[in-house]
Formats: sequence, C-alpha cells, structure tokens
Amino acid sequence: MAEAKLAERPVAAAGAEVLTVGDLQAWYGESHILHGINFNVRAGEVVTLLGRNGAGKTTTLKSIMGVINKRSGSIRFDNKEIIRATSDRIARLGIAFCPEERGIFSSLDVRENLLLPPVVRPGGLPLDQIFTLFPNLKERLNSQGTKLSGGEQQMLAIARILRTGARFLMLDEPTEGLAPVIIQQIGHTIARLKSQGFTILLVEQNFRFASTVADRYYIVEHGKVIDGFANSELSANMDKLHTYLGV
Amino acid sequence: MQALYAQLLVGLINGSFYALLSLGLAVIFGMLNIINFAHGALYMMGAFVAYFLLNLGGINYWWALLIAPVIVGIFGMILERTMLQWLAGLDHLYGLLLTFGIALIVQGVFQNYFGSSGLPYSIPDQLKGGVNLGFMFLPIYRGWVVIFSLVVCLATWFLIEKTQLGAYLRAATENPTLVRAFGINVPRMITLTYGLGVGLAALAGVLSAPINQVRPLMGADLIIVVFAVVVIGGMGSIMGSIITGFALGVIEGLTKYFYPEASNTVVFVLMVVVLLVKPTGLTGRAA
Repeated sequence: MAEAKLAERPVAAAGAEVLTVGDLQAWYGESHILHGINFNVRAGEVVTLLGRNGAGKTTTLKSIMGVINKRSGSIRFDNKEIIRATSDRIARLGIAFCPEERGIFSSLDVRENLLLPPVVRPGGLPLDQIFTLFPNLKERLNSQGTKLSGGEQQMLAIARILRTGARFLMLDEPTEGLAPVIIQQIGHTIARLKSQGFTILLVEQNFRFASTVADRYYIVEHGKVIDGFANSELSANMDKLHTYLGV
Repeated sequence: MQALYAQLLVGLINGSFYALLSLGLAVIFGMLNIINFAHGALYMMGAFVAYFLLNLGGINYWWALLIAPVIVGIFGMILERTMLQWLAGLDHLYGLLLTFGIALIVQGVFQNYFGSSGLPYSIPDQLKGGVNLGFMFLPIYRGWVVIFSLVVCLATWFLIEKTQLGAYLRAATENPTLVRAFGINVPRMITLTYGLGVGLAALAGVLSAPINQVRPLMGADLIIVVFAVVVIGGMGSIMGSIITGFALGVIEGLTKYFYPEASNTVVFVLMVVVLLVKPTGLTGRAA
C-alpha cells in the first residue's frame, strides 16, 4: 500500500536522460584520476558502474556530487550544467549521495542522522514509509549513530537520503562488507525504490548483486568508460566482463 | 569564613569568564580547526564596544549586552571571510600564528589610543548594591554575572546538542564534505560559527567591564589561563568546557584562600598533571 501512495508521485518521463556525463576529467591534487568519462542515465533506471578497484568509479560519483573540486568536462543534470556547481547546490538540484564509507555521524544519534539531510524538494518519503523499508531503524532511534551494526548503518545511510525529495540517488558500494541476508534486503530496497520511480546510479564490486538490480552497466577502467551494455545483453557479454573485472 | 566565601565568589566570577571564553574556543576549534589566539583581543573589544556605546552613544549596559557581541561577531566574521578561511586544511600552526598576529595588532591599536590603564565602566543602576546572605555579603552585580553566564553557557549547550542547527554543526565538525553534499552551505555555517564563538567572547568582555575596568590588555592576561582551562577540559566537548571553566575558577578561588602563593599557578600545575595523565584533556576525544 506504500507503493500505491507513491504511484501518484510525478515521475520524470520514462526514458528521458536525467544525467549526461561527457568527457569528465578529475584530479586529486596533482594526480589525474578520470581521463574522460562518458555515460548517461535515463529517468527511472538503475545504472551500475562496474570496474576494478581504483578504476575511478567512486571518483566519478564524487565528481558528479561536486565533492571533488578539480574537474572538467560536462555533467548535465535535468538539463542544467553542473560541472562548476558546489556540492551543496548540486544536492539542492535533487541528487543525493550515499558514500562508500557510509558517513554515519558518531556525534549524532540515529534520529539526528536520519533527519540531518535537509529536504531539498517536495516528494520525499515520509518517515513511516522509511520505517516500513527499514524496520530496524525505528527500534534504534536513540542509539548513537555509529553504535549500529554495519548493515544497519548502511540502511541508515540510504534511509536518510530518501527523505530529502531527491529523485536521483547515487549509491557507492552499498553491499560492501555485509552479510548475504542484508545484501538481499538492500537488493529488495533498491528494486522497490526503482518501482517507485527513483533513478539510481550504483557503483558495485559485487557483480552478482548488481545483476539482480541493474538495467544497464558501464565498465570503468583507468578513468574511462570502456564499454556498456544492457542487462538483457549480460549473458552475451559474460566473457568480456570476466576479462574486464579479472574475476 | 567570610573570606572563604568571598574567594569562592571571585572564583565563580572568574570561572564564568573562563567558561564563556573556553566554550567559544571549543566551538571554533571544532568547526574551523583553528586555535583562536585572537579570542582574548576580541573579549577586550567587547568591553571597549560597551564603553564606546555608553560614552559616545549614550547606549546603556543592557543594550550593550546585545549590541557588543553582534558588532564584534561581525568583525570576527569579516576576519574569517578575509583571512581564516584560507587556512582550511593547513597545519594548526598557521591558524595559531595568524590569530596571534591579529591579537597583537588589535591590542596594539587599542594600546596606542588608550594606553595601558583602565577606563571606568560603572555598574548599571539596577544591579548596584548588594544583599546580605547571612553568611556573606553578595554584590548584586557579581551574582548577576555568574547566573547570566551560566544561562548563556547552558543555552549554547542546548543550541549545539539539542537542536537541528546544532546537529548540522556537530555533523559538519565530523565530516564537512558530506554535510555540504547534503545541501547545506557549510562555508556560511563556518563563518557563523566563528561569529558565535567570538560573540561569546565579546559578551564576556561586556560582563567584565564593570568588574575589571576596560583595558587594552585585559584579554591578553586572561587568555593564557583560558587556554590552560581548554587544555585541561579537552577540546572535544561543549559541556566539558563549561564545567571545567567554572570548576577551575572555583579551584583558583579556593587556592587563594588556603594557599594564596599558588593561586596564580594552580591552573597551570593542573594542566601539567592532566597532560601527563590524559593528554586529550578530561573530556576530550582523541584527535
């Protein structure tokens, strides 16, 4: 019934490009990390960036979020160029970021962590729906944020960006280091968010997990996108994928 | 016995100033990672602004309590925007040197115009006189300073620990990049935080004006002890700096009664002991 309510929410026309990244280059200090990333994400899709450690996947997300200052090229979101925007402005345009290290604040309790990101536009999930998705959190509202288990912290990190009204979510390795049963729960959550019209850009090492949720894949290597295919073409690309990922 | 109570009261008064100043230092250090050596000079400016308001504008003490922190706070925010913000990410030493330099300049300018002697600032009429508590005579103004400081400290604690704004502040102290990526204008928050810390120092300056007179070096004398208080309490905790501030004032007062020779050094002796036993301070977290 939670879904029924959400179905009334305006969803960007399916298939319209919401994010277009062109020749994105980025630097950490002097080291040149991204050497021309090109890809796009359409409304309502789950797109996964795959690649080995250090290929530039996380840096790509951080560049889109504006967290990395030294970047060039083009990032268009909702038809606005954001390559020069600061991260607070980018967040207010409706992009939300769940970092790899989760970023739960130890000086805040769970409730404060959950309510921290400001609402940037109407249409965020109300708290009761968030607790339907993540019932554990409701039990632990008064605990210190970092006292939660790894899985609960990941849920909190996802939960807090659902409140904000951002419809474009970037999740950086949400399954890293978690038990299979929790990975499954996160998979269900992503599927559910997709069915509610969220657009999701995922970074994953866990290819098996990604294949259960993604519509499309891009392969990142040495700071470039070197390949891309749809989930339906997955089996045909299996051999290539093994070579790319070295698994 | 009378003398003991009198020293306790002096201790509480000094403790009020320690608490207000170390609280501001703790808030500033948390958010800007800067050890604000200009704090004493800004405290002095608070007292001078109150003096100017009264003598040039005829604006009384009560308005000065409000206006002086705002004016000095704005001055602080200009310092932050024009100078301190460029130190983000650099070693503590740079912030220390810059703010120490600012303190010397500000104090030098005031000394140039006003010399080193004190200017009088009288107690407002409503707070003149005293009450006999039976065991001691309490000057009303001194009681007011202690209670008002305590209220301001607790209000600041509440703001930081119990409100949404405070949650932003605590979160940004931990991870400013992520807080900004949630859509919060962290640079503006940093500026306001510096303004708040500096405003607290200026408020302490106004409170002290009728007790200690208004002198260009009033802050330089005080700030050394306040830094010892901060080291003892630890930089990490708001409540810690409030409690340590008042407690050390009282300990100093008691020392004046029982062993006056040590009253000027007791805080530093305690600092050495704390540094030996618990280098992060009594309530501080490891860096």
